[in-house]
Amino acid sequence: MIEYWHLFIAFLIPGIVGYGGGPASIPLIEYEVVQRFEWMTTQEFGEVLALGNALPGPIATKMAGYIGYEVGGVIGATVAISATVIPSLIAMIVLLKLLLKFKNSPKVKRMTALIRPAIAILLAVLAYQFFATSYEGAGLVQTMILVTLSFLALEKWNIHPAYVIIGALTYGAVILS
Amino acid sequence: MTTLDLALQKDIFISFFRAGMLGYGGGPATIPLVHKEVVETYGWMDDEEFSDILAIGNTLPGPIMTKMAGYIGYRVGGKTGLLTALAATILPTVIIMIALISVLINYREHAVVQGMTSAIAPVVGVMLFMLAFNFLRHSKRDLGWPVAIALGVISLITFELFNLHPAILIGALILYALLKKSPSKKEGEAA
Repeated sequence: MIEYWHLFIAFLIPGIVGYGGGPASIPLIEYEVVQRFEWMTTQEFGEVLALGNALPGPIATKMAGYIGYEVGGVIGATVAISATVIPSLIAMIVLLKLLLKFKNSPKVKRMTALIRPAIAILLAVLAYQFFATSYEGAGLVQTMILVTLSFLALEKWNIHPAYVIIGALTYGAVILS
Repeated sequence: MTTLDLALQKDIFISFFRAGMLGYGGGPATIPLVHKEVVETYGWMDDEEFSDILAIGNTLPGPIMTKMAGYIGYRVGGKTGLLTALAATILPTVIIMIALISVLINYREHAVVQGMTSAIAPVVGVMLFMLAFNFLRHSKRDLGWPVAIALGVISLITFELFNLHPAILIGALILYALLKKSPSKKEGEAA
């Protein structure tokens, strides 16, 4: 029972104080899991994180699910995922319901317009980080090839992202290995 | 809505399942895929609403993907929709993680896995960049290029040069927009 409580606390705190999405809360999760509750060593945590990053889907819930399962089985996984997801989701719904209520107010319209450039820059910065990762990993030539091909496929040929992603994974498995 | 719209719930499940299973690099990298499903494929909301949701999501702590999935599921399909979207986002990837981790530990250094991981990064970059450009183009329509670019440059400086957390700037912009007196004569708030 105490183990479930510890799992709840360990994943609740990173979910409440972690800004910038799941990847940003990873160091906070590591602190709880490795330093405070000592469920894993730093090395084990790093290994699980690396593998989690090679698999699809959001990282915070994958880590919570896996570590929760290791510590407390299916119930442990459920507790850890709930602690990660629920608090921030409730805040999100309350705030957006309020916003939806005043959707036609000129102030809310102005707000929407003013924050959009900031959101665009946030996405552009994120894009840049992925380009940088790719440059370090696959080199300039391969990065240019992949960027050009995926841009043409998505923008000019209107191919669904699913096929572009599967294509890139195949390219990586065959050419970059 | 008293009766459960199963077709809608199925669509919600498929859209978030697809986005989750194709999203490499964590939740933020998955945003363009969610945008594609929610705005383009199913037309549940327009760009304006999507970018508002993204903005509010960024001012709040916690993982972004589950906040987006939970809220959009709720907005489109009520409480059941919320659970459907969350389940589609979380369950398949967690099950894969638990099931495959022992297999993957042996193949971690394998060249094929390394190659796949490095080939996906530039593609995610392109998708994020296209969404960023899309939002910037919309800003031009609402604010005109000078204001849109000025706000973009201010954002870039605060995020990158001063390393300020994005939530601070977005929060400040929200407060400014809501507290400043409206220039229009009719101040009637639509309730």
